[in-house]
Amino acid sequence: MSLRTEPVTMNVGPIHPSTHGVFRMRVTFDGEEIVDVEPVIGYLHRGSEKLAEERTYTQVVTLTDRMDYVASMTNNQSYILSVEKLAGITPSPRGVWLRMIAAELQRIASHAVANGFLINDLGAWHTPLLYMLREREKILEMFEMLCGARITNSYLRPGGVFMDAPDQFWPALNRFLDEMPNRIDDIERLLTTNEIVLIRTQNVGVLKKDECLNASITGPVLRASGVDWDLRDKNPYDYYDQIEFSRPLGEIGDNHDRFLVRIFEMRESLKILRQCIENIEPGPVRPKEVPFLVRPPKGDSYVPIESPKGELGFYLVSDGGISPFRCHVRAPSLINLTLLREMVLGDKIADLFVTFGSIDVNMGEVDR
Amino acid sequence: MTKCFSGEKICELIDEINPQSVVSTNSDSVHIQPESALSVFSELKNKENCQFNLLNSLTAVDYIDHFEMVYHLTSTIHNHSIVIKIICGEGRKEPKVSSVVNIWRGADLQEREVWDLMGITFENHPNLKRLLLWEEFPGHPLRKDYLR
Repeated sequence: MSLRTEPVTMNVGPIHPSTHGVFRMRVTFDGEEIVDVEPVIGYLHRGSEKLAEERTYTQVVTLTDRMDYVASMTNNQSYILSVEKLAGITPSPRGVWLRMIAAELQRIASHAVANGFLINDLGAWHTPLLYMLREREKILEMFEMLCGARITNSYLRPGGVFMDAPDQFWPALNRFLDEMPNRIDDIERLLTTNEIVLIRTQNVGVLKKDECLNASITGPVLRASGVDWDLRDKNPYDYYDQIEFSRPLGEIGDNHDRFLVRIFEMRESLKILRQCIENIEPGPVRPKEVPFLVRPPKGDSYVPIESPKGELGFYLVSDGGISPFRCHVRAPSLINLTLLREMVLGDKIADLFVTFGSIDVNMGEVDR
Repeated sequence: MTKCFSGEKICELIDEINPQSVVSTNSDSVHIQPESALSVFSELKNKENCQFNLLNSLTAVDYIDHFEMVYHLTSTIHNHSIVIKIICGEGRKEPKVSSVVNIWRGADLQEREVWDLMGITFENHPNLKRLLLWEEFPGHPLRKDYLR
């Protein structure tokens, strides 16, 4: 005899520990099964794009920090690259290497947070997460040396960075590079082949290659589905064309693949960091002739970069003034949510949070 | 390195699909007619030498005397990219364009965002409602005439 059940619609979030911020889902359940999901966003909307229209090009850097607040350096980098293209500024080599170092450290920190919270959502309450946050803390301390801030860095400026790295930064970075591979090994020993993790993540939230591309999904989520598309390799910005690294790809595109791709990318980032240290040479971190009040000619520019979440780009339009006429952010976190419904349909309630966590969205960037 | 096509090259590509479509050619982009946009986009996605399978970004700009849509397209197969712009209607009144959700699913949330903040209507969008603001919100805040 089969039980007659009725679908129930309820809100998950916006205040829920597993929604990583203020994200709300209107979910319809039939028993334990998910029948429908509708993301409801906008709780953290601060109108950054409108605010940018009333600030000078250099002041907007501080707004970009507050978009994806676990990856401020890459936000800075994307914005600055767009301004440099718009204004025709050639950056100083030392400034470029320093911002590449900052961006790769940020990628490790962001992936550590993503994987830590993913495991947290699986029910491994706090222990693996704190292992990840411990490593992130070392990176934040290095950022503090670089620019005095831990989260909202505002380290980059048109033409490079605003300050050279202090002497104590390099030993700290070398120590981190020596220790981190062992820490990643520890994390892998603990989690990658853990039976509970495997049961909960394998073949859950599967995304097919073609669906992914068609829905403009980018970043680790796309690579976990087996598409070799990394802008650092396919469309190198800064000095990534002088760097050698490999791109880990997933096969199935399930939650476990996304977890693994992030772990492997942390290792690749360490490789990139070592090459950056080999290549960096003394010199100015920012050309003297670049003014603080940038005044680009009329035109528009869009320079996408590979942020930890996916393709991040700022579409800037200049009318020849001191502030952008229009500043649009192509936010990977928002666009990666496009297929959330398709990913979780038919799964159980508990898998909803795991799948959502494995996409790794940041509400600051979704809502802007 | 992704090959960014110049305005003339994009114009050639689109002329092969629909010779009447291109309105004007700029240094790195082209303006096309809103009426023929859908057919041009779907050919750009499927044609052998184009295959623009990734819609990078879709946004709108308020140029005060008109609204403009901007599409950044990339082909992950050929590794090349183009920029296409559409002027939505005449002047500021009731700007609208066709939705491209049926061609690229990734346009879904982005078109809702543009409708929400810039007030451009997307015809045949499956679920065109506000994304970031609430339904009762008056006006579209990214417009240049929006009063604070």
